[in-house]
Amino acid sequence: MTSGLTSRVHVAPRRRQRTPRRGQQTGLAGWSGRTIAGVVILVFAAFFLVPIVWLLLAVTKSGGQLLRLNPFEGGSWASLQANWDELFGFQDGAVVHWFLNSVYYALGSLALTLVVSVPAGYALALTRFKGRRLLLVTTLVVMLMPSTALVLPVFLEINTIGLIGSPLSVILPFSFYPFGVYLTFIYFSTSLPSSLLAAARLDGCSELQVFLRIALPLARPVVALVGFFSFVQNWNNYFLPFVMLPSSDNYPMQIGLSALLSSTPAFNPSAAGADSVQLTTLALATVVSVLPVLIMFMFSQRFLITGMTAGGIKE
Amino acid sequence: MTAPTLTREPQTAAVNRPGQRHRRRTNWTALAFVTPYVVMVLAFGVGPVLYALKLAFTTSGGGFAGTDNFSRVVNDFRFLPAVEHVGYFLLIWLVAMVLLVVILALVVHAVSVRWLSGVIRLAFYLPGALAGASSVLLWLFMLDPGASPVGSLLRGAGWSSFAETIAPGHLPVIFAVIAFWTGAGGWIVVMYGALNNIPTDIMEAARIDGANVVQTALHVQLPLLRKWIAYMAVLSLATGTQLFVEPTLLSQASNAVVPNDYSINQLAFQYAFDLNDVNGSAAIAVLLLVVALALSALFVARGGLFESEGP
Repeated sequence: MTSGLTSRVHVAPRRRQRTPRRGQQTGLAGWSGRTIAGVVILVFAAFFLVPIVWLLLAVTKSGGQLLRLNPFEGGSWASLQANWDELFGFQDGAVVHWFLNSVYYALGSLALTLVVSVPAGYALALTRFKGRRLLLVTTLVVMLMPSTALVLPVFLEINTIGLIGSPLSVILPFSFYPFGVYLTFIYFSTSLPSSLLAAARLDGCSELQVFLRIALPLARPVVALVGFFSFVQNWNNYFLPFVMLPSSDNYPMQIGLSALLSSTPAFNPSAAGADSVQLTTLALATVVSVLPVLIMFMFSQRFLITGMTAGGIKE
Repeated sequence: MTAPTLTREPQTAAVNRPGQRHRRRTNWTALAFVTPYVVMVLAFGVGPVLYALKLAFTTSGGGFAGTDNFSRVVNDFRFLPAVEHVGYFLLIWLVAMVLLVVILALVVHAVSVRWLSGVIRLAFYLPGALAGASSVLLWLFMLDPGASPVGSLLRGAGWSSFAETIAPGHLPVIFAVIAFWTGAGGWIVVMYGALNNIPTDIMEAARIDGANVVQTALHVQLPLLRKWIAYMAVLSLATGTQLFVEPTLLSQASNAVVPNDYSINQLAFQYAFDLNDVNGSAAIAVLLLVVALALSALFVARGGLFESEGP
């Protein structure tokens, strides 16, 4: 449901757009307009933020405190510690395992994505070859398709060649990332001065050297952007690993969450056993599962907004 | 302002022109550069699609099946309800997206204090970090009157237990709320960028002509946003037809109050995993693929993504 975020961000050459201040002409007329606008913003800011704030507070409470205390009251370090112990004690530390699996899948495919996409985007932007246009159109069409549309077909294919259950069954499909090719293609098409490449060639650089020594260093911003989106998308992916990896040993964090959910009596009454999980522990698991991405989002705000609006601002 | 547009062709022609030898060398390098990607496209893009097509038109024994697989899944008593469920969800979600995202973008754009506008946008898009299972899990808490911070609201609406909150009739709205919560912020930022792009003199002219804020929004800003709104709607429509994670987890959390064949993709999953009917599963996957492909091709053809690329 969320591939939208990645597929709508268009990189633009590093071009800081500072629009002139809009001034009062767009300002809301009169205090009543301002009041309405203020209320709308407050209501929606609450809608977007309250769940996150609640979640961050919930992990500091015990199961009982969660029900008794005010939703926006903090608990204690001791409760957080207890939740932490319960979470990481679950099935002999399965959570650590799932987390590391997520890291492995997301970083493995990130590396492969970069190795595959950046040279491809470069060649598509700066050279002419047979089938180039077909490749570009295919890239665009697949990029705009929701990635989930391909999950079952890829599953059926991987199933036939007997790779189900192997880490490769997620890493390889993750690494097919047309959006990354599109981003690098746009970047190299619009912001790499071809005179620079020509000069390097005159100086005796081979084509490979031109790419490695001139183009690649200049493309650092777009490489970072592709890496960011690839990581976020793969870290959060649920459907693909869900069908590809049947065994708990191979679960990434997202699938691990659903295993924890099944062990939470509050949502699954039949789970009341030795390995059952409290609501607040489940909340902590949710926090742990999004932490890498949430931190990246907070610190890449500028970067993200520049990336997103740059595409929007482009004339 | 356009959708992602290749604004200009790089001057590669000039680079490639000098001499046959150079041109040849360039093309070999180009080939080496794109080959890994082409392999990926074939293995995980084109290949699976062709394979799914083959399976959809053959029997489990491998013989030609005609449209048998399609008629079998379409006539399955669970198919039409699944389409209906996804349809209701899409209707609610798309209307909410188009109306609210545009309104919120306009309102945030009218905030003239720069840092405040930045903070609001961050607040709006931060939930985008929680996607997939994590956001659904978070919303399970929100929907459980016992734990939810808005528990009193839920009880006030007459839902005193989790099972009552997620009664089947509420599901399309619930899924729309979850999807909106996760995805709207990113689009608000995009629309905001597009609004920023409207030249100041146009806005100035509207003001001098005596247009008030609402008139300016309706007659100046909205028409200029139209392309982005279409882009958002098409992509959201394509994504929404794939509904899977939300009902899957809700089904798991509700002791099957939510059935595990609620959405079309779930049904395809059931066919492959529970019924061991890969041909039926492939048939559903192909139907969904056709929708996704058609929408994305429509956008590529009409959206001007290739404006400067001659045929």
